[in-house]
Amino acid sequence: MDWQYAPAPESAAIGRVKPRYQPFIDGAFADGSGPDVATINPGDGRDLAQVSQSTVTDVDRAVAAARTAYDRVWGPMPGAERGKYLFRIARAIAERSRELAVVETLDNGKPIRESRDVDIPTAAAHFFYHAGWADKLEHAGLGPSPQPLGVAGQVIPWNFPLMMAAWKIAPALAAGNTVVIKPAETTPLSLLVLAEILADADLPPGVVNIVTGAGDIGEALVNHPDVNKVAFTGSTEVGKKIQASLAGTGRRLTLELGGKAANIVFDDAPVDQAVEGIVNGIFFNQGHVCCAGSRLLVQESIAEEVVAKLRERMATLRLGDPMDKNTDIGAINSAEQLARITALADVGDAEGAQRWSPPCTLPDHGFYFPPTIFTDVSQAMRVAREEIFGPVLSVLTFRTPDEAVAKANNTPYGLSAGVWTEKGSRILGMASALRAGVVWANTFNRFDPTASFGGYKESGFGREGGRAGLAAYLDSGDY
Amino acid sequence: MSSLTADPAGTPVASRAAAPPPALPAHLSDATVDAASLRRFLHGLPGVDPVGLEARSAALATRSIKKDSKRQAIDLAISMVDLTTLEGADTAGKVRSLCAKARRPDPDHPDVPTVAAVCVYPDMVGTAVAQLIDTGVGIASVATAFPAGRASLAVKLADTRDALEAGATEIDMVIDRGAMLSGNYGLVFDEIVAVKKVCGSTVLKVILETGELGTYDTVRRACWLALLAGGDFIKTSTGKINPAATLPVTQLMLQTVRDFHSETGERRAVKAAGGIRTTKDAIRFLVAVHEVAGREWLSPKLFRFGASGLLNDLLMQRRTQDDGHYSGPNYVTVD
Repeated sequence: MDWQYAPAPESAAIGRVKPRYQPFIDGAFADGSGPDVATINPGDGRDLAQVSQSTVTDVDRAVAAARTAYDRVWGPMPGAERGKYLFRIARAIAERSRELAVVETLDNGKPIRESRDVDIPTAAAHFFYHAGWADKLEHAGLGPSPQPLGVAGQVIPWNFPLMMAAWKIAPALAAGNTVVIKPAETTPLSLLVLAEILADADLPPGVVNIVTGAGDIGEALVNHPDVNKVAFTGSTEVGKKIQASLAGTGRRLTLELGGKAANIVFDDAPVDQAVEGIVNGIFFNQGHVCCAGSRLLVQESIAEEVVAKLRERMATLRLGDPMDKNTDIGAINSAEQLARITALADVGDAEGAQRWSPPCTLPDHGFYFPPTIFTDVSQAMRVAREEIFGPVLSVLTFRTPDEAVAKANNTPYGLSAGVWTEKGSRILGMASALRAGVVWANTFNRFDPTASFGGYKESGFGREGGRAGLAAYLDSGDY
Repeated sequence: MSSLTADPAGTPVASRAAAPPPALPAHLSDATVDAASLRRFLHGLPGVDPVGLEARSAALATRSIKKDSKRQAIDLAISMVDLTTLEGADTAGKVRSLCAKARRPDPDHPDVPTVAAVCVYPDMVGTAVAQLIDTGVGIASVATAFPAGRASLAVKLADTRDALEAGATEIDMVIDRGAMLSGNYGLVFDEIVAVKKVCGSTVLKVILETGELGTYDTVRRACWLALLAGGDFIKTSTGKINPAATLPVTQLMLQTVRDFHSETGERRAVKAAGGIRTTKDAIRFLVAVHEVAGREWLSPKLFRFGASGLLNDLLMQRRTQDDGHYSGPNYVTVD
């Protein structure tokens, strides 16, 4: 029987998207000194809202507000009191989760299923988790009396806007720091809705300040002399520049950058679940995931079977309107990113890899790219080496565990990896041999605030989540 | 009965001559040559990761089925129901009213499809036959010392013959879970083959009682074993054990019939029985059928629900779709 699912769109009205948004500095929404810029709904390519842009002067004002709040209110406040604010914020995110999910999907293009089931709950979970730490810092194993660093300057990417904001803001506040944060220019809305939540929670003015704008504003923020700690998530290229410009300043820095993760499937893997894991590893969030499993390394003895099953599974993925509750693959975040993915995939063709996508109709408007795999890929090809940041998987094979490790580690990146095998000892052996900050065993792309996340090599340094993530916002003194 | 797997060195599987349907590819027919081969084959199947399996089920359960697609799903689900009564307290009167319901599920709405079959104990088959003659509704009978299956093969075969002679058009047998769990796969296989031989062309559903098998790995082995032995359907449960038809275990069975199809070109069927009570549940199962096995399985020939209360909920939801409002349980018949 031919059974088509009727459209099941979430109502855009739930997002209560306003025509115009303003930056949030010193506890108040106020126009930035720059012009308004439209943020686009990638699902249909239309303007979603106008956003007033900050300038370097506004960054100065935000940092000054954060400094004052740190010195007078937030720094001296007992941890138990800070914890109350964080719990309040966490609850408010949970209460407004449906609205936030809609805003996220409209602004980012990710399927509503993911923003509803992953992004927003995980954001709330990070606030809940860190709220609990606020009055227990002396017991975190980071010295007898760990101290906050001061003002944290944070720059976050467009792939998980609210979740990345939570990863940055929650530990900073729990540890007693104040924050100036800049969302990506294409996805500022959910963070500006979070600002409403912060204001409703009566968070003291200046504790969290949000500036808007593009790379130049981010640059001004991370290089601001009165910022004590910089946390950046984004491209390796920008990360390198930040590290160079902060060298010698004494400011603390954590970087969470790109990746080209290997998802390694052994011949004794639970094959059906491995196929799910491959799909989730590369097509979750349209592959806009720094830890995406973009290189499939499959043992040659089962490669044919795995790829056949992968193709069958890909044919059931539903690409389309991100607001439809049954959509599995939504829109690419921007025209610029779509062009980049298209160009890199074309390089794959030119280098002789075999491209395959399931038959699927792309919507007429908005930015879309079909789920794609490349087979006959060699380590030397650009599709196997460069981060594509899109729904494009390169399939490579290996013969022995040593070869799998060698190929998996043969990348300048080292953010994540996946291992699929029913053999427990092999999981442990692989986990110690793989040079990646996160190694998933028989799963992929799972995030939890209690587990620290971060990379090796050109994927950055420093951790977010868990006790290690807390350490990034604390000075342990001589301990 | 002697244990076939106790002597794995090439003991022929007893009733092989009656066994597998023609044209199994060599690597599959080789698996049933003897008990040792069967054991090697079943133990060589890829494992099942429970966390991943259950996560996929949870994701499938979030599908939002609305409007026309929901209406379509409701009628499809009705046509897939094996309307069941399997109680010690069953009487001819109870079975007659069940048959009336099966023929015409909603007397106010003659366009409602009939259910696929009724499912009764062997001694009630005769009563059902009289009610359902020329209606197209199947008469399924549990057999083989349902639900425990703790009887000799002779008794199980007699039970099956009894049901067939009374006019059953489908047989729902149980496997020997004890033998399955103790690794005596040859015995389980032989029993299915023997029952299938008695059934001939009559549809045979093989109840695995997944709630007693303990792990998904064992469920997958039982699925393959039942398919290789010639079962037309693999069925989750008797309905007497909890858990019964969960979404993950049904998903695993759907994956297996899909794999069986890609190996043999032949489509076998799945029946989810026990614990499915609401339209919402049923639609989740249909989504799994659609997305895991494929659209070809969206047919009563290839997927069934073993249920009793489910039918009335489907009828109520069908009225809700048609009338635009919910009318409640007093507008459908309680049988």
